[in-house]
Parts: sequence; structure tokens; C-alpha cells
Amino acid sequence: MLNNFIPPDLYPASAEIFLLAMACAILLVDAFIGAAQRWITAALTLVALVGCALITYQTMDGQVVLTFSNMFVDDLLADFLKLMLYLAVIVVIVYSRDYLAARNLDKGEYYLLVLFATLGMMVMISAASFLTIYLGLELLSLSLYALVAIDRDSPRATEAAMKYFVLGALASGLLLYGMSMVYGATGTLEIGGVSQALHLGVANKTVLVFGLVFIVSGIAFKLGAVPFHMWVPDVYHGAPTPITLLIASAPKLAAFAITMRMLVYGLFELAEHWQSMLMILAMLSIAVGNLVAIAQTNIKRMLAYSAISHMGFLLLALMSGVVGPDKHFALNAYSSAMYYVVAYVIMSLGAFGTVLLLSRAGYEAEHLEDFKGLNQRSPWFAAVMMAVMFSMAGVPFFVGFFAKFSVLLAVVDAGYIWVAVFAVMFSLIGAFYYLRIVKFMYFDPPTDAAPITAGLDMRFLLSVNGAAVALFGIFPDALVSLCTYALLRSL
Amino acid sequence: MSSSLLSLAIWVPILGAFVVFAAGNAQNLARWAALIAAIAGFAVTVPLYLGFDVTQAGMQFVEQRAWIPRFNVEYFLGVDGISVLFILLNSFITILVVIAGWEVIKDKVAQYMGAFLIMSGVMNGIFSSLDAVLFYVFFEASLIPMYIIIGVWGGPNRVYAAFKFFLYTLLGSLLMLIALIYLFLASGGSFNLLEWHQLRVEMTPQILLFLAFLVAFAVKVPMWPVHTWLPDAHVEAPTGGSVVLAAIMLKLGAYGFLRFSLPIAPDASHYLAPMMITLSLIAVIYIGFVALVQLDMKKLIAYSSISHMGFVTLGFFIFNQIGLEGALVQMISHGFVSGAMFLCVGVMYDRMHSRQIADYGGVANTMPKFAGFFMLFAMANAGLPATSGFVGEFMVILGAIKFNFWIGFAAAMTLVLGAAYTLWMYKRVIFGPVGNKHVAELTDINSREFLFLAVLALCVLAMGIYPFPFTEVMHASVDNLLKHVAVSKL
Repeated sequence: MLNNFIPPDLYPASAEIFLLAMACAILLVDAFIGAAQRWITAALTLVALVGCALITYQTMDGQVVLTFSNMFVDDLLADFLKLMLYLAVIVVIVYSRDYLAARNLDKGEYYLLVLFATLGMMVMISAASFLTIYLGLELLSLSLYALVAIDRDSPRATEAAMKYFVLGALASGLLLYGMSMVYGATGTLEIGGVSQALHLGVANKTVLVFGLVFIVSGIAFKLGAVPFHMWVPDVYHGAPTPITLLIASAPKLAAFAITMRMLVYGLFELAEHWQSMLMILAMLSIAVGNLVAIAQTNIKRMLAYSAISHMGFLLLALMSGVVGPDKHFALNAYSSAMYYVVAYVIMSLGAFGTVLLLSRAGYEAEHLEDFKGLNQRSPWFAAVMMAVMFSMAGVPFFVGFFAKFSVLLAVVDAGYIWVAVFAVMFSLIGAFYYLRIVKFMYFDPPTDAAPITAGLDMRFLLSVNGAAVALFGIFPDALVSLCTYALLRSL
Repeated sequence: MSSSLLSLAIWVPILGAFVVFAAGNAQNLARWAALIAAIAGFAVTVPLYLGFDVTQAGMQFVEQRAWIPRFNVEYFLGVDGISVLFILLNSFITILVVIAGWEVIKDKVAQYMGAFLIMSGVMNGIFSSLDAVLFYVFFEASLIPMYIIIGVWGGPNRVYAAFKFFLYTLLGSLLMLIALIYLFLASGGSFNLLEWHQLRVEMTPQILLFLAFLVAFAVKVPMWPVHTWLPDAHVEAPTGGSVVLAAIMLKLGAYGFLRFSLPIAPDASHYLAPMMITLSLIAVIYIGFVALVQLDMKKLIAYSSISHMGFVTLGFFIFNQIGLEGALVQMISHGFVSGAMFLCVGVMYDRMHSRQIADYGGVANTMPKFAGFFMLFAMANAGLPATSGFVGEFMVILGAIKFNFWIGFAAAMTLVLGAAYTLWMYKRVIFGPVGNKHVAELTDINSREFLFLAVLALCVLAMGIYPFPFTEVMHASVDNLLKHVAVSKL
């Protein structure tokens, strides 16, 4: 038996292996240093992420390479999403430092759990088999459950973690059940194999569609789409803000990746079924997210509902691929979805970054009123937040506008003009609560005169983040073309 | 002819705004930087007029380069006889707004001046865009500075007015976005407006497109019944905001009809013209009566603006040369006159902190110079011959009578109504015995106020006495547009 063993090609997975090794090393190092030297852990974490970025960049060759018996894939889509992922996690770490240190949460566990979550996301992004997807997803989810509860003395965080865990476990169960159906119908867990089996028409359609419902439900839960969204506001609200920042940003990239892998790569033959499911989820998310966000007084809850509506837009893009013999016909739809998710991550980082900026020791800037008079306290960061808010509302010249624009283009192209009209009407409603934040920052006098005490690193990065929201809006072509090219080479 | 004058007209004020922002709390520095930026912004638009070839109907000063190749979106600028004057008007008004806010604005001066400069550049972008996405981007981006201006420097009810302004206008433009995307797909992947003008479209889509554009532009004009945001916005906005709103922003909607609705959907335009004419006449007559009963001067001028803009849309949809040119002249003239009226109210408001007509009376006794200027502008608003207000109204009425006597007759009602509400207000505010001790303490206009009122007075008179330099520029393009609209696309 041993003679038949062919060692897998480890090269495509070198970034994952490096990150795992670094995580283990950091675990050891952290055990030997005290709280005063915690910056070493943080620095090593950043080194690990930058190292991953270098490795991913080095191994990027535009080829689709499968390894580990077709369970792991390295293509341009994966490389591009991973690079965005590292960037998002680096930003999260830098934004979180001051907040965590002020609350005595700046522990080694935080960095390790973030790294393991990152590893989980990388595995999800590169998954070429349903099993790999599940492995990555669980690694991510378990790390996040623990992270939400990292402030163990906070009853609210513990409650949020419990909710997240129970509902997340249920969703994982749904997903796994759906996968088992697909396995039962096709006899394989490899995404390529499933696609092949469907193409040949040997699989039982009834079982497949039955499994598909569970898979779509699982995905919808992970994305936080209505009606599987109930955990989103509670977890966003309950978790410490840096954890909310993490949950609200990077995992969206991974969730997009597994959606692409499972639905578009694996179950493309069933597109007519899942497209109609996604359409219902998308329209519900856009409607509920935008309407309920208006009623929120807590910025984290408001951004949670805003995230729900944004995920609706993402699903809208995914459902508008034109079904044809060739997946390339649907390129516009999928590249707009990818562009949307990347744009959303940039905006989300900026929004929660500003919330973190305003929080300080013993004070959570959680209420909308905490933004009052920000323009007088710091005109620059008020401008950054304004750019992010207008961008989320989809007003040009900001990246959010072109994201919405490309999605609407795909939707109208697919022939769903009425869906596009529905979506823009709810964007109009959504504009109200983003404008309200701008109103608080600019029209109202400050109620809190405390100076803003953030480190230079955070100020710099948040400024870059705000500038990115504007620059990708004025020069959108680079990002749009990158997304299109990455998909073109990976489909 | 290739040049970068239009780019300069857009980006000089915007870059100037960032310089002004950098001035921060150094108020005087911010003021002077803003003035220099505004003058520079106007200076770069002057060659547009001087170098304009009036015999050509097509686009001039064209700039075309790729912007978002992925969606075939271009950075495509150009002006014709219809749009060039608005760029000049806009850049010119910006200078006046900067001067008008010089001493009045004491809070966050740099941001105030910067917001107006950004708006000036963005609106030049709207008037010169020949790519639909570029147009849309500028069109929506213009909401942001105005929202901030109303909300930060506005009156007591500013928050309500700012939200209403933003959401109302966004409603219209979002539907237009869908229409633009539809046209992109229908034209086989192009956002080029000039190509769209040649695009054949069936009747049903034409009507739907026309209606989508109508929502966007009717809100902006504003036409009855979607005008309710304007009085609120005007009343709450600071003087400069009102001036820009009335003088330039309202023209965006009307301009949109000429650039999008008429040439892209000519058959629908003809088909729906009766509806448009009815809405315009309602604006002219009904809103004229509404203006008559206003107690707040700014509200009165706001309603008068809606009424005058009804004249403009009427001129568009009677489809003859004199009507359309009259409407354009009316737009420019209204830019001067309404801007001047709001500045006059601003002059009084700065002294009395009231806009209520009842709080005034006998201002002529204490502010004689001011009363003279205000008289001229009130007359222009009422459409007195030899002022710019007369030229446009007269041409539109002529065109309307050519089209249908009774429509012309109804439109001519504005001469009576306009005179009634403007002069009655003028009488109550300016004439009579000194109303109260606050009026008795008023001081006449200072040299700064004299400067901007005198400049506007000259413009109003010059345009009223010799409108040829204005009509000459637009003649060829209007002619071309009418010929284009007369040809069916079915």
C-alpha cells in the first residue's frame, strides 16, 4: 500500500503551510513573554501575514493547479482573494491594538485565533472539494466563536458567542447535510467531479436539488442573508468592536469564494434552481436590511443591517449570471459580485475603523450620537467616515457607487429590470441612515470633547483606507479589471 | 479641436477647494484662497466663450479618453451652444458666492468656501459630460456638497431640508441610472451620449425611458408636483446655497431634458408633450398664485423660481426655435435674477436676521442704494422690458402662441402674476414708512455688497438690452436639436 502513496505537491499550498508554521511558532513565543512585550506577538503576526502575501504573490502564475488529490486548488481567483484577505487581516490587527490594550484584551490568544481564522479562510478560498470547504469553514467558525467570547467577563459578548455558536453549528449541519446529498447523487466530493457528473447527466436531479436547498441555506447563513440573518446584528453588537471588524470584513471574501466554488464551479448545471433561490434571498436581504437599519440607534447594529443589505447586493450579482453552455457568458455577473465584495470589505474596514478610533479606555463609541460633531473634533476623520458612508450609500465618486453600478449592470443584462428598480429603491431608503451619520458628524455640535487618542499607525492606515474608498471610486478601472481578469483565468 | 479647457473648468475649482481646506482655521487665508480659486475657475472658462465657433452645431472643445475600459466608460467632455453658457454662468456665480459669504460666514470658513468650489467644478462636469456614466457621476456627486452646505450653515430647520433635498433628488437619479444601463445594453455596450442620440428605440421603451428621465429631471427642475423640496431647501440654505441652487442647480434638470429626453426619446417627447405642457402651465399659474401668499421672502422667491422654470419646460415642449431659445435665455436670465434676488434677501437677513415680509417696511428710507438695486432685480423678476427677464419670457410666449394661442395666453398669465407677487413683496418690504425700530437702525450696503449687486445688475441690463451675444451662441445647436427631434426614431 505504501508504495502507491504519491506525496502531494505542497507548492500551491505553501502560503497555508507557512501560516500554520508561523502560528505554531507564535504560540510558543507568546507563552514565554509577558503582557508588556505583547507587541512582539503583534509584530510576528504581521510578519506572518506579510510573509504569506509574499509567498502568494511569488506562486501566482495564472495557472489552475490542483493538489492533495484534487482537494485543493491554486488559481488566480484564490490568489487575488487571498491577497485581499491578508490585507484585510493586517488592517484589522492594526486597528485593534489600541482598543484591545485599553481593555486588557491584548492577549496572545487573540492573535492566534485571528491567524487560525485566517488559515480557515485561506483553505475555504482554495477549496476544490466539498470536504475542504467544510474543513476551512469550521476552522474559521470555531476561531470566530472563541474570538467573540474573548472578553469573557462581558455577559453580552458571551451571549453573542453562544448565539453565534448554536446557530453557526446548525448552519454547518445544514451545509454538511446538503453536501452529503450531493455526494449521494454524484458519488464524489470533488467540485470538478460533481460538475462532470452533472454534465454527463448521470446524477439524480431530485436528490441534487434537495441537497442544493441545504447548501444554499448554509451559504445564506454564513453570508448573513435574510431569512438566515438573525445572528448578524446580535453578534456584531455583542462582540468586542475589533472582533466585529474582523467578522464584518475578511470572512465575506471567503464566503464569496465558497459560494463561487460550490454553486458556479460545482453546481452550475443547476443554475436555474439556485439562481431563483438567490434572487429571493437577495431581494429579502436588501429590503429587510435597509428598512431595519433605519430603526437602529447603535452604530454596530446599524452596520450589521447595512451588511445584510450589502450581502443582498452580492447575491443579486451572483444570481444574474446568464445561463449558457459556457460559464464565461456569466463572467460579468461573477466579476461584479467579486468587485462588490472587495469594495464592501474596504468600506466595512473604514466604517468599523472609525468606530474603533472614537472608542477609548472605558468608553465605547457605539451609539450614533457618539459621532456628533466629529467634524469639529477631527475634520479629517470626519471626512474619512463621510466618504465611507456615501460610498456605502452608493453615491459617486466613491468605490461603493461603481460596485452597485456593476451589479445593476449585470442584473439588467440578465433581463431583471424590475429587480434592479427594486434594488435601487431600497438603496434610496438605505441612503437615509448613512446620511444620518453624516448629519451627526457635520450638522450637530459635539457632545464629547475628548481628543482622539489613536496611535500614529492607526491614523495613517485609516487615512489610507479612506483615501482608497475615494481613489477606487475616481479610478475604478484597476480593481474592476483585476477582478474580471482573475475570474477569467480561473473559470 | 482638442484642448483641455473643459478639464480645467472642472478640476481647477476642485483642486482649489483642497487648497482652501488645507487653510483650516486660518479664516482670511481661506477666503483669499477661495477667491483666487474661483476667479481662476472663471478665467479658464472665458476662452470657451471667446473660442466658441457659433456656426458649428456639434460639440466643441472635445476631450475623449478611456476612463473605465471594462464598461466602455469614457472621460468624454464637450460643449455645444446649449451647454457652454451654463459653464460660464456657473463659474461666474461661484465668484459672487465667495464674495457674498466673505464676512457673513464666520464658522468653518474653509469648509464653506471649499464646498462651493467643489460644487462649481462638479456642475461644470455635468454640463460638459458627453458620457452618460460621467454625467451621472457628476450629477449625483453634486448632491454631497449641497447637502453639507444646507445642513451645516443653514437655518433652524436645516436638517429636515437637507435630508429632503438629498433623498428627493436621489430618488430621481436612481431611476435614471437604470435607464442609462438599459441604454448601454440596447446600444450594444456604449455610454456615448452622441451615439445614443442616433440610437433607434421602439415606442414603448422610449416612453419608459422618457419617464425615467422625467423623474430625475422633473425633481431637479423642479416641476409640479415634485417641487416641494425646493422651498424647504431655499428657506433653510445659507444665502450662497440658495444662490447656487436657484441659479445653477435648477438648470441641471432642464439641461437634462435637452441632453437626454428630447434627443434620445423624440417620439415619446412628442407623444407626452401635452402632459409636459400641462405640468409646465400648472407650475406657471398655480405656483404663481402660491407665491403670492407667501410670508417669507425666500419662500416667495423659491416659488417664483418654480414658476419661472415652468416657463423653461414649456419652451422645450412646444418644439419651435423661438420657444426653445427663449427657454434657454430664460434659464440664463433666471440664473442672474434669482441669484440676485436671493443675494438681496441675504443682505437684509444679515442685518435683521429675519426673512418675514411683515418684519420689514420702509427699508428704502434707511437703505436707499440697496432699494435701487432690489428694484431693478424685482422688475427683472417680473419680466419688465429692457431687463433679461423680459427677453426669455417674451420669446417663450411668442413660441407658445405659434404653437397654440390658448397655451400662449395661459403662459402670458405669468407676466401678471410675476409682477403681482414680486412687486407686492417689494412694496411691503421697501416702501412705506419705516416699519419698526430695527428697520430704522439698518445701514446701507457696504462696498463688498455694492460690488456683487452692481455686477449682477449690469448682467441683467446687458442681457435685457442686447441679448444677441447669448442667442448667437445657442442658435446653431438649438436648430440642430430641433431638426433631430423632428425625425422619428421608430
